[in-house]
Amino acid sequence: MSIIKWARLKSPWLIHFNTGGCNGCDIEFVAAITPRYDVERFGILLKGSPRHADILGVTGPITVQVAKRVLRVYKQMPDPKFVVAIGTCAISGGPFKDSYSVYGGVDSIIPVDVYIPGCPPKPEAIINGIAKLFEKIGGGNGGSNKKN
Amino acid sequence: MSYGSTIKIPVGPQHPALKEPEYFLLEVDGDFVVNVKPRIGYVHRGLEKAFENNTYLHDLYLAERICGICSHAHTTCYTQAVEGLTPLEIPPRAKHIRVIMAELERLHSHSLWVGIAAHEAGYDTMFMYMWKEREIIMDLMEEISGNRVTHAINTIGGVRRDITDEQANKIRKFLDRFESDMKGYIKALENEPTFIKRTRGVGILKPSDAIATCAIGPTLRASGIKNDVRKDDPYLVYDEIPFNVIVNDGCDVFARTIVRCEEMIESANIIRYCLDHMPSGEIRIKAPRTFPPNESLGRVEAPRGELIHYTKSNGTVKPERHKVRAPTLGNLLSVCKTLIGAHIADVPLILAGIDPCFSCMDRILVKRV
Repeated sequence: MSIIKWARLKSPWLIHFNTGGCNGCDIEFVAAITPRYDVERFGILLKGSPRHADILGVTGPITVQVAKRVLRVYKQMPDPKFVVAIGTCAISGGPFKDSYSVYGGVDSIIPVDVYIPGCPPKPEAIINGIAKLFEKIGGGNGGSNKKN
Repeated sequence: MSYGSTIKIPVGPQHPALKEPEYFLLEVDGDFVVNVKPRIGYVHRGLEKAFENNTYLHDLYLAERICGICSHAHTTCYTQAVEGLTPLEIPPRAKHIRVIMAELERLHSHSLWVGIAAHEAGYDTMFMYMWKEREIIMDLMEEISGNRVTHAINTIGGVRRDITDEQANKIRKFLDRFESDMKGYIKALENEPTFIKRTRGVGILKPSDAIATCAIGPTLRASGIKNDVRKDDPYLVYDEIPFNVIVNDGCDVFARTIVRCEEMIESANIIRYCLDHMPSGEIRIKAPRTFPPNESLGRVEAPRGELIHYTKSNGTVKPERHKVRAPTLGNLLSVCKTLIGAHIADVPLILAGIDPCFSCMDRILVKRV
């Protein structure tokens, strides 16, 4: 494992963007950084600027008005970048998919790496989803240092 | 001090201080804000149209997804409006369960907000303490309703789940500990010099301005005006419950924090009273699927202020029109007023001070043709 890959797996920085969600997933996402769940033990840090982030966590359906902004945030992130769709709305548009002001899921405008279902997913599920992303980045060994 | 010329600073839609996509254009002169232009609508999901395309029962679950923090307030208001169409009188036990859930939700929403406000003021220890408490409240709500956020406990004509004696005892035990701990947190907030320096005298909203800008909820009560739908226009069983409307004359962010903290203690008393005075019996009655042509209005005191649902039926299984007026819309004008004259560094704190929930509020889509 190269040192860059190792660093990426041990300290991934997240940015959170609400694309029109109801706050349910957002608050569960924030709850994951608080004492009971504490994702910081995995080196995960919530960042304010897309230019510092490796992973984009998207919550909510893509509304017509926010779509351009999501693209802009995605373009501002440095490569390699990963996208996690949190919640049913971010996956498919959820109960709003037939609406005139909603495009649908996040994958209707940007590529998505991991989908976390639930309305809203529990903080445990969000942590599990991000662990799945580590497996994907690390080539299947879950970010372990062992050579196999 | 004035520099004679102003520059424009955009805040949002992606901004670390705002959890939701919303845009404020600040015009600043030196370090001071002289003008604010909000641009709302990023979270517009076409909810009111969706209400018209679904049946009354489906709409209940849609109402829950208007906001993920005050989901129970929205369903209570929605059921209140729909039950007013026939009208339908729900069993007293169901009313008590609705009040208990509403007050538990107020506890969770206010503790969440106090945490966020402390975080914005740079007092992260309180953020972690409050969110620790919040997790325990979430556990209680999960045990009662089966879900952490979208409780789905309300239904048209009553509630879907009963509260058992075992659960009631668990809640009582939690409330006793929570109340004493909360008093400790209030004492900590009142004596923490960094928090006081960051919040006292920041975001002043005079009572006259609060009335002129239609502020509601804890924001209005922190300006010294007694206004609470639970007292002014009692719904469910609030007319039977003894409780005080908390007011504070501070008019600043510090007063808003203290109002919310004291409201949590008041909510704990309401829950305790409801658990002790809950009658036994049915928890729901059978509701009709169609409603005769009529109009009805529901008013509820959500954690952020007065929430209004208006519904109009036409004799079919679907409503003809449904309108939602969320508390943040009432508070948005007041925050634009309080921002003027503030330091740029205080902007996130003042914005957070009204406990904004833009997903409740956004109803517009501007089409340029």
